[in-house]
Amino acid sequence: MAKEDNKPLDSGISRRGFLKGVGAGTVATGMMPGLAPENAQAAESAKIQGPGEVPITLRINGRNRRVNVEPRVTLLDALRNRLDVTGAKKVCDRGTCGACTVLVDGDPIYSCSMLALEAEGREITTIEGLGTPEHLNPLQKAFIENDAQQCGFCTPGFVVACASFLEKNPNPTREEVRSGIGGNLCRCGTYAGMIEAVLDAAEVQKGGN
Amino acid sequence: MADAKWPKAGDRSLIGKRISRLDGPEKVTGSAQYAYDVNLPGLLYAKLVTSAHAKGKIIAIDLSDAESSSGVKAVWKDEGMVGGEIRYVGQVLGAVAAETEEQATEAALKVNVDYEVQQPQVVDSDSQFATGRESKRESGDIEAGLKEADVVAEGKYGLPVITHCCLEPHGQTAEVRDGELYIWPSTQNVSRYADGMDDAVGIPRSKTHVDCQYMGGGFGSKFGSDKWGTLCSQLAKETGRPVKLLLDRNIELMIAGNRPSAYGEFKVGIKNDGTITAFQANVWGTGGVGGYGMRWLPYIYEKIPHTLVTTRGIRTNRGGQRAWRAPAHPQCALLTMSALEDAAAKIKMDALEFFRHNIQLTDKPDVYLEELEIAADLIGYKEKSHLRGEGTPGSVKRGLGISLHRWGGLGHPSECDLSINPDGSVTAEIGTQDLGTGARTVIAIVVGETLGLPIEAITVRIGRNSYPASGASGGSTTVGGTSTASRLASTSALNELLKIVAPHLGVSADALEAKQGVIREINQPTNAIQWTDACSLLGTNTLVKRGVNDRNESRAKGFIDSNVGGVQIADVSVDTETGIVTMNQMVAVQDCGLIIDMKTAESQVFGALIMGITSALYEEALYDAETGVMLNADMEFYRLAGIKDIGNLKVHMMTGKKYEDRGVIGLGEPPVISPAAAISNAVANACGVRVPYLPLTPDRVLDALEKGGIA
Repeated sequence: MAKEDNKPLDSGISRRGFLKGVGAGTVATGMMPGLAPENAQAAESAKIQGPGEVPITLRINGRNRRVNVEPRVTLLDALRNRLDVTGAKKVCDRGTCGACTVLVDGDPIYSCSMLALEAEGREITTIEGLGTPEHLNPLQKAFIENDAQQCGFCTPGFVVACASFLEKNPNPTREEVRSGIGGNLCRCGTYAGMIEAVLDAAEVQKGGN
Repeated sequence: MADAKWPKAGDRSLIGKRISRLDGPEKVTGSAQYAYDVNLPGLLYAKLVTSAHAKGKIIAIDLSDAESSSGVKAVWKDEGMVGGEIRYVGQVLGAVAAETEEQATEAALKVNVDYEVQQPQVVDSDSQFATGRESKRESGDIEAGLKEADVVAEGKYGLPVITHCCLEPHGQTAEVRDGELYIWPSTQNVSRYADGMDDAVGIPRSKTHVDCQYMGGGFGSKFGSDKWGTLCSQLAKETGRPVKLLLDRNIELMIAGNRPSAYGEFKVGIKNDGTITAFQANVWGTGGVGGYGMRWLPYIYEKIPHTLVTTRGIRTNRGGQRAWRAPAHPQCALLTMSALEDAAAKIKMDALEFFRHNIQLTDKPDVYLEELEIAADLIGYKEKSHLRGEGTPGSVKRGLGISLHRWGGLGHPSECDLSINPDGSVTAEIGTQDLGTGARTVIAIVVGETLGLPIEAITVRIGRNSYPASGASGGSTTVGGTSTASRLASTSALNELLKIVAPHLGVSADALEAKQGVIREINQPTNAIQWTDACSLLGTNTLVKRGVNDRNESRAKGFIDSNVGGVQIADVSVDTETGIVTMNQMVAVQDCGLIIDMKTAESQVFGALIMGITSALYEEALYDAETGVMLNADMEFYRLAGIKDIGNLKVHMMTGKKYEDRGVIGLGEPPVISPAAAISNAVANACGVRVPYLPLTPDRVLDALEKGGIA
C-alpha cells in the first residue's frame, strides 16, 4: 500500500507532499464533529417545541396537509412516513446523494437535511407535483426518451434537481448541465442519458422540438 | 404456422430497435413503488441492533431499556448470539419495532450489549495475514518460460474491497394476515426469495406471497431473504401489524455484501518482439468473513504457455463478500492487464500492438481483433497514442489504456404464461424481476414481435412468486431466460390462434402470419383479419400457453448462447502536481449476441463504464486496523462518481449476422469488468509510472510518481 506521509507541515515541504498529506487525511477530517456552538441568545428567544409531537401544516404540491411530528423528524421522513408521499427517496440520509431532493420555495433542497418544522409555511414541491405518468412534463419525457434511468431509485431526485436547474438555466451548455446537477448521485450509472435529457428538455422548453 | 426461431434481420419489427423502457413514466414521476415505499395501515418501523465491535464474544443482550422506550411494540434478540462469537462490526444481534422510525432508532440505541472485546484483524493488503489454503494452478514450466523470455517484468498490483452500495438498501416490508405472509422485498430473486423462510417464520412457502415490482439496485447482493427478511416477518407475525425494516446506510455498507480485494506479485516473461512466454502470480485478498477465490488468472490471455498462479484468502473481521457484478473478473482483469501492459512498456512496445500481437493466446482472437480495431478508431488511438510516459511536456499528462474482458451470460431457466384474451388483450406473466435492466421491456418486445402487435398492446406482469418461476437475476442470465420463455409461450399461443382463424380465411394455419396488428395469408396479405376480430373467435375462452426455457435445449436450438468478449479504451489526464486523474473519454465495444432492445442494452454498458470509473478512481471500504470499524460507512467518504467525473463515453454494440445468429446472451456483467484495468493502464501511459493500487486517488498517484512506480 501507499505509505502515508505523516511529516508535519514545515517550511521545507513540497507541494506534492502537502497535497498527499491532505489526501491521506481526508477521512479523519470528515470524522470531526460539527463545531459551531448554538448562539445562546438566539436559543433563548426561540420558541421551544417538543420533544413530543407538534401539529404542523405543510403545503405540499399546492395542498395543505396537517401532520403531527416530533421536532426531530426530517422533512423527508414526514413526507414518506407520515404523509405517504414516497417519491423522494432516503438513500444516504446525510445530505450527500440528492435522492431526497424536493423544492422548497422553488429552491432544490435535500429533504433529509431539513426538519419538517422548518418547512412549515413554505411552498414544498415534490416529484409528485411535477407530472404524472399520464401527464409527463417535457423533462420527464426527455428522461424516458434518453433512458436516463435504470433502477430508478435516484430518478425522482434527479428529475426535481434538473427541473430546478432548467428553471434557472433555460439555455444551458453541456458543461453547465454537468455542474448544475452535480449534487445528485446514481449507482446504476445513468449520467450519460441524463445530460442529453436535460439538453433536450431545454430545447423543448425554448419551443424547439 | 409461426416458427419460434428468432426472426432474421429483415423480418424484425421490434427486436433490436431503440425502444424506451416501459416503466419509464412510473420512474420519472416517483410513482414506482419500491419496498421502501410500501406504506400500510398500522405500519411499524423496525431497526436492527448490531455489533459495535468486530471481534469478541457477547456476554449479554439486555432489552429492558429498549422495551420501555416510547412507541416500542416488539423487541427481539438473537438468543444464539449470547455467549456467541462476533466476527464483524454490524453483525445482527437483535431488532426493535416501534410506531415511528425515530422511535425505533432511539430504542435500538437503548439495547445494552455486554461484550468481551478482542483484537480484530481487518488488514488485507499484506500477504503475511493469509490464512486460507493455498490454491495453486500451473501449466507448462514456469522456470523455462521465464528463461525463454528476453525480459521479465515484475510488479505488484491490487484493488481494495468495495461495496455494492445499492441506493435502495437491503430490506423489506412484511405483513401477516390470516396466517399468510405478504412480503415486499428489494430482491433480485422473486421466484425463490422465500426459500428457507418457512421454518424460520413458521408460515409455509405456499402461503408466502412475494411482491417486488421495482427494486433500487442489487448488483449481486440481493439474492436471499437474509436474516433481516425472516426477522421482519417474525416481528410482523408477533405484532399482527405490518413491519418495514430497511438497513440504515452505514449498516448497509458494512454487512450487506462487498467485492473481495485482490493484491499480488507478478512476473511476466516477454520476448523482444512482444510475445508473452510466462506469467507468474502470487495473489491474496479478503472476502471478509466470506470465502475467497480469484480463478481467472491470467485473464483473457489464458493460453500463455507457461503459467504459475497461487491464490490465498485472508479471513478478516469484516462483513462477508457477496457476488458483485461479474465476480472475480474485474479483479483478475486489473491484475492481468496491469502486469501485461507493464511488460509491453518495458520493451517500449505500443500497448495496442502488444495486445494484438498476442491475441492468439485468447479464446476468441477474431472477436477481440475486430473489437480492438473499432475501439481504437472510436477513441482516436492513432492520433493520441504514445509510448508510456512519452506524451506532451507540461505537468498535465494525457494517456490511453486498454483492457479486454469476457463473460458467459447463458439464459437461466425461466417459464412464461402467455394469455390471449377474447377482447384481443395479451398478458405475459413471468416470476422475474426488473433490476433496472429493462426486463419488462424485453418481454413486451419479444411478445409484440411474435404476435405482430405494438409493445403498448402487451401487458407484462412480473415481480410475484405466484407467476411461473424464473431464475434469479445474476450473472447476466435474465435476458436470455425471459426472452426465450416468452418467445416460446407467445409462438405456441399464436399457433393455437392461427388454427382457429384458418377456417375463417379459407386457408390452412400453415399459410398464416401475424404482422402489423392483423392475421393474414403470407402469400396474399389482403386475405386478413384484424387481431381483435381474430381473438373474438376464441368465444369466452382465454388462450393460455406456457413457454419453458430449458437452457441446454434452447442453446442447441440457437435461442441463447454464452461467452462474449469486449474491449475498452480509456483516455485520461493526470495532473502530476496534484495527482488528480481526470477522465477525458472512454470507449466500450461489446458483443452480446442478438440484442432485444438496443436502447436499454446501451444503457447497461454506459452504466457499467460509470460504475467501473467509480471503482478505479474513488471506491474503497476503509477499515480501522485497531477497532475493525469501517471509517467511511456513508456516502460522503464512500464516494461514488458524479456526473462531472465521467468524461465523454462512447458505446458500440457489435451487431450483424455473425453475432446475432448466436441468439440472445446476457449483458449486465461484461462491460463492468474492464474499466478499472483500462483506466489504470491509461494512467501509467500518461504519467510514465504504474500506480499500483486502486483507487487511483491523488495521494497514491503522487506516491507512485515520487517512487518512480515501485510499489
